[in-house]
Amino acid sequence: MAADAALMTAAAPAADVQPAAVVARDLSIVFEADGQRTVALQNVSIAIGRGAFVSLIGPSGCGKTTLLRAIADLERPTSGTLVVNGGSAERARLDRAYGYVFQAPALYPWRTVARNVMLPLEIMGMPPAERRSRAGRYLDLVGLKDFHRRFPWQLSGGMQQRVSIARALSFEPALLLMDEPFGALDEITRDGLNLHLHGLWRSAGMTVVFVTHSIPEAVFLSSRIVVMSPRPGRVIEEIEVDLPAERDLDLRETPAFLKVAHRVREALRAGHSYD
Amino acid sequence: MRHHAVPVLVVLAVVVVLWYAGALLLNFDVARNLADENATTWDIAAATMSQGRPVLPAPHQVATELFESVFMHPVNSPKSLVYHAAVTAFAAGVGFVFAFVLGIALAIGIVHVRTLERSLMLWIITSQTVPVLAIAPMVVVVLGNVGLTGLLPKALIAGYLSFFPISTGMVKGLRSPDPMQRDLMRTYSASGAQVFRKLRWPAAMAFLFPSLKVAATLALVGAIVAELPTGAQAGLGARLLTGSYYGQTQQIWAALIMASLLALLAVGVIDGARLAMLRARGGRL
Repeated sequence: MAADAALMTAAAPAADVQPAAVVARDLSIVFEADGQRTVALQNVSIAIGRGAFVSLIGPSGCGKTTLLRAIADLERPTSGTLVVNGGSAERARLDRAYGYVFQAPALYPWRTVARNVMLPLEIMGMPPAERRSRAGRYLDLVGLKDFHRRFPWQLSGGMQQRVSIARALSFEPALLLMDEPFGALDEITRDGLNLHLHGLWRSAGMTVVFVTHSIPEAVFLSSRIVVMSPRPGRVIEEIEVDLPAERDLDLRETPAFLKVAHRVREALRAGHSYD
Repeated sequence: MRHHAVPVLVVLAVVVVLWYAGALLLNFDVARNLADENATTWDIAAATMSQGRPVLPAPHQVATELFESVFMHPVNSPKSLVYHAAVTAFAAGVGFVFAFVLGIALAIGIVHVRTLERSLMLWIITSQTVPVLAIAPMVVVVLGNVGLTGLLPKALIAGYLSFFPISTGMVKGLRSPDPMQRDLMRTYSASGAQVFRKLRWPAAMAFLFPSLKVAATLALVGAIVAELPTGAQAGLGARLLTGSYYGQTQQIWAALIMASLLALLAVGVIDGARLAMLRARGGRL
């Protein structure tokens, strides 16, 4: 019931006018290997309005990555319906409607930083001059102006992940799917990238679906947080983040922030007591 | 390179000393039989170093033979070792090109078509269990009967021997991209050809060059082996054969050294290509 209520309020302002970016209804995903059935997702229903920043949070193995991969048409749902960008997930993928940022940078080591960013543009058949200017623009945007000609292994982990974000942004998708993009990074780097990502989202106005298992990260970045339970993955609660739109790192010390973080923690705990 | 020089030279010196000792021991009996009655042991030992048909020629004898057969004859004369080396190298080179094309084509097929993997892989492995020494004479004789002699049979055997490392190396290389790198292509809804050109092929390069080095030396072995069974008139294999017919061991050794120089050259050329690609990729393959 709580989830339903949150779903309604979330859908209220923006989604009435435009179709939501992502709508999942009773989505279940079951993996079968060697006669073993693993229920990764069970009857998940969420709606993500355009322009929202929604975090999927939950313990390891709760199916949050699976849900993100289903939205990206990298996994096929076993049952239920999934609408992405007003059509099927496959349609969205074929239309290149989303950019995906993986847990690891997944850069191609034989390409320079700039050519890594140009990779999707090459595949989409953009003319070379436009590719170069886009690569320049988005590398500047993630603060890697002077690293165009470097190779990925010459960059730190945080810089590599910024390259992969620039690569996902380069073709200007309306939807950005991020799978624990900062999970492998140290706290300081992570803080910097969180701030950076928040700025990007505020200025670019795209929809972001962000998978994380860090509560502060989720609260800091999101307009809404979807809390998921351990396997089989279900949505336990959806939490609106009523914090100012303009955010800086000091926000994390404020009572309002800690209150939201506390609610997320309680919801996660409730999920654990299910089994 | 500089700090490799000392150990390499030490090993070389040890080999030369052992080689002289071997020549002394192996040629001693013949030298004693040939010596006159009042020859001293020292005289006989000295004679082991300069026999016309030694069991094991001394290094300087091989060096002399190598020098004379390389520099004292015009390169288009059958007496020139350069001529024979060129004949073999050309056959090995053509075979290597066969192997390159076939090996890569097979790898592409195996990686992209599941049925090809099931049907071909077993035969490819089986093909390598047949000893080339058994196959070579048959191929040469059969092709000779239908009028194909000279270059083609040699190139075929060279290619037969060398396609295997190329195809197995490339299968591994084309499969080397990790799931995330492949998923990335899927999120761009890239075509199969794009995935190949922009992901699989460049990823395979790190696996290609070691395979090519192995293949190049195998192609050379194949070409030489193919020259043996029919008593070919030209090529390093022919030199080995005539050398052993007439007890010209210096000639055999000189041909062997020439063969290894060819292999070194081939490996060097491939390494040059590798270094060029390495530089284009900023120092990592």
